[in-house]
Amino acid sequence: MSLLTTLARLEAVRAGVAQPLATVRHRHLAERPFVLVPLAAAGETGAPLAVLLGQDREHPCLLTVPQPLDRDLRFAFLARLGDELLPYLESFGADVELLERSVKDPESGEKTVEVRELCADAPQLVVPNPGAMELLGLFGRSTRFRRTAEDADPGPYPVPARVPLLGRWLTHLSERSNVPGSSLLLPLTTTLSRHWATGQSSLEDAHLGALLAWIAPPPGEHGEQAALRAENGRDERGQLLVPPAGPTTDPAFDSLLLSPAVTRYDAARAAQDERLTQARAQEIEALLESVLLPVWHQVWQGVDLLRTLPQAPHVVERWESDRWSYTGHRDRIAAGEPPQPLHDDAVTAARKLAQREREQVRLDLEEALDDPLAMAEHRLAGQAFAGEVVEVVPAYDTSGRSPKPRPLVTVRTEDRPHLDPGGEVHRAGGPAAQRAELVRLDAEAGLLTLRLLSGMGRKKEPEPGTVPQAGEQVCFTLFELSARQSAPLPDPEDTPWTHGGPPK
Amino acid sequence: MTTLPTPAASPTPGEQADAAVAAILASALHAGERGTVVDSPPGAGKSTLVVKAARELVATGERLMIVAQTNSQVDDLVDRLAQADPGLAVGRLHGSDALPGEIAMRHAGVVASTKAADLRELPVVVATAAKWQWVKDTDPWRHAIVDEAYQMRSDALLAVARLFERALFVGDPGQLDPFSIVGTDDWAGLHHDPSQSAVVTLLAHNPGIVPHRLPVSWRLPASAAPLVSDAFYPFTPFRAGTEPGDRCLELGPPTPPPAPGLAPALARAADEVLDVAAESGWGLLELPARLTVRTDPEAVAAVAAVVARLLARGGEARSERGSAPVEADRIAVGTAHRDQAAAVRSALAALGVTEVTVDTANRLQGREYDVTVVLHPLSGRPDATAFHLETGRLCVLASRHRHACVVVTRAGIPELLDAHPSTEPVQLGVVSKFPDGWEANHAVLEHLRRHRVTAG
Repeated sequence: MSLLTTLARLEAVRAGVAQPLATVRHRHLAERPFVLVPLAAAGETGAPLAVLLGQDREHPCLLTVPQPLDRDLRFAFLARLGDELLPYLESFGADVELLERSVKDPESGEKTVEVRELCADAPQLVVPNPGAMELLGLFGRSTRFRRTAEDADPGPYPVPARVPLLGRWLTHLSERSNVPGSSLLLPLTTTLSRHWATGQSSLEDAHLGALLAWIAPPPGEHGEQAALRAENGRDERGQLLVPPAGPTTDPAFDSLLLSPAVTRYDAARAAQDERLTQARAQEIEALLESVLLPVWHQVWQGVDLLRTLPQAPHVVERWESDRWSYTGHRDRIAAGEPPQPLHDDAVTAARKLAQREREQVRLDLEEALDDPLAMAEHRLAGQAFAGEVVEVVPAYDTSGRSPKPRPLVTVRTEDRPHLDPGGEVHRAGGPAAQRAELVRLDAEAGLLTLRLLSGMGRKKEPEPGTVPQAGEQVCFTLFELSARQSAPLPDPEDTPWTHGGPPK
Repeated sequence: MTTLPTPAASPTPGEQADAAVAAILASALHAGERGTVVDSPPGAGKSTLVVKAARELVATGERLMIVAQTNSQVDDLVDRLAQADPGLAVGRLHGSDALPGEIAMRHAGVVASTKAADLRELPVVVATAAKWQWVKDTDPWRHAIVDEAYQMRSDALLAVARLFERALFVGDPGQLDPFSIVGTDDWAGLHHDPSQSAVVTLLAHNPGIVPHRLPVSWRLPASAAPLVSDAFYPFTPFRAGTEPGDRCLELGPPTPPPAPGLAPALARAADEVLDVAAESGWGLLELPARLTVRTDPEAVAAVAAVVARLLARGGEARSERGSAPVEADRIAVGTAHRDQAAAVRSALAALGVTEVTVDTANRLQGREYDVTVVLHPLSGRPDATAFHLETGRLCVLASRHRHACVVVTRAGIPELLDAHPSTEPVQLGVVSKFPDGWEANHAVLEHLRRHRVTAG
């Protein structure tokens, strides 16, 4: 945890309400996101119990599994989930923009223009927490390889037709959610914690109810009390006042309410009494709805809170990456490619890791550029400094054939960057990418004299506007402001002997 | 060297090491497996082995590529190669924004270029793994040496393995594992987990390779080798190349007045812990227990005080290599975090000390000094995270010295450790690493307790 976050948490304790960690919203938020609150059955990993979902906050759709151990009921549930979710996911596939790029033919070396489709928008699923995200990934894993009645060899246990397709989409969304800064599948607790610091530990922030209690406590109440009630408050039946946001349910709910209801359902089924079975299933539905609805409203409250922040400028670019990801998956499905493999081969794993690391670096940089509070973390760590230009002296590099502008810019700052003369810095928020090196340092007076090295055009005099003027506020970082390209990797069929050779 | 008579049955350290090196070279040149792995404890002559192997390979008429992990490691290696054989033409392949160091380029036989094609005909070409990854359109080399292979990530090896047919992997399994800035659980347990060390991947896919070991640490003194061996290499023990008494650190008297700005009480404690460390090889300067920010000003001041007093008193380091004064370039300060290193640097500057190396464990890997001063990674912390418990971090910090190591810490670390047992989830298919950092930390502290001086 950074010093600034620690400070914000301390201030939150004193103020009784969460403190902002960001001045802008660093994640994409769709106008009408698709909210999904899944519950898992206790005792078996990835066994669905219920889900409340939809785009309409007033009219959510509830799906349940009255007997979670029954595999047929489980896949019937997943089929209905597919019916609800797939039309939404697929609805973004038709509206595309056409992008042209010139590609070089590898053999003839000739340049040709290639037209590619990019979906104009992409779906966004909002779930309460990373646990829900993980559960959706498990659903994807357990369904994408299933055989259906339409297969040539349906096997002994065919599932409804669109279940494997749902699995492939869920797998894709869950994969994509591992890419830093992506927003196709957004876990709310993590997103809220990025933007607000509460007076509790980050572990406690994983409880959506407690997190919201700190960010928006009831009028006149201290966040800590509100959070405590959200975590521990119980009614006279021993049930939590604020049910957990899943995917696990409260054990007291399981043992006192759900388990007896499931037993009654089983009895009615065993007696082959269809009407009674129906009634018992409805009882279970009502029970599950009672613990899901409060979470449903919390999720929308969280979405509303995020909406109060203006969107950060770089979010648009990152969302475009999400759109590419969506478009790519759409194309793979249309091309009839097989489902994603169970495990990545060596090359795919290395590619994905490289992508995630690149995106993490990019995310950190873009957040710092978009948000003074994020940049403040780097300034406190001595990795950046901001201040006012006090003097600009024109100077030239005359070593080459024609002189090049190398003006000296003196900045007064209260920051203390870990920088020695000769060290390179990068201008943040300037008109273009610009490097500079430290020439003189007067730590006592807080004066840094920099020589600008680039970003001033090709002429003898710098292009207008490229050199900051006296009185202007500037910010420089010690780190580069763009993510490095990843090194090329071999094709999977060229996997070397050190990594076991090509995949079989 | 000691002249104690040794029974014929137990070979001297030198004989042990020579036998190991001969077996390694034979394997690298002729063994049926395409890869040879050498595990080397701290200061066991890894660099000497690399130079020796490189020269032997070149002598057979082969051309050789060498992969190291950082630019300074590459420069060091080039320097050593050129020193060992001034007639050898060495190519130094580098990136356009990372010019080769002075230390490498001072030799006439060294040629630097950003293009592999310019260097293709030279007997030896050295570059970082990051640079090799971008080399394309070239026939593979017959032989490669991968230095610091345990710090190389599996995905980097994946990108460079196409460039060679056979390779000698040399590294220290006890140092810091490679890391990633993102979560890597997706691949935990896979043979080819791209975030794990290159050697782990190599051995998983080539079960025929049996790692060789270098059995003798020439760097660590007799006072340190047993502790480092027991705490960090419990299943692959090694010994010191010298006997107790072969190395001696003689400090000047604590008479020079403390520098202005150095509290007399702290200076006294620093003097005392230096005396303990000069005598026994280890010193523990313990400050009162307290939770602090990472750049704990008192602990930083204590580290600076120890260094300043050591320089003010002056010292003579006597060893099998002869006798030399302990000057600033023979002293290093090690920390866990960069901001701690920066804080120590500015505290030292305030005491008029500027030439001493102050760096994080990651950057001190592979370095060697007479005396090291270490700010304990857990000092003042409220928790013991996986980062701070990492075995390799402590191992690097505790194994850089030829004579003595002083550890500065807040009291209460054993209690902190007991309150934070390792809770990392167990992943299927992942081989547990022994010892874990928790156990190693306890072992080191237990030993240091005997050399404790309290301050404040």
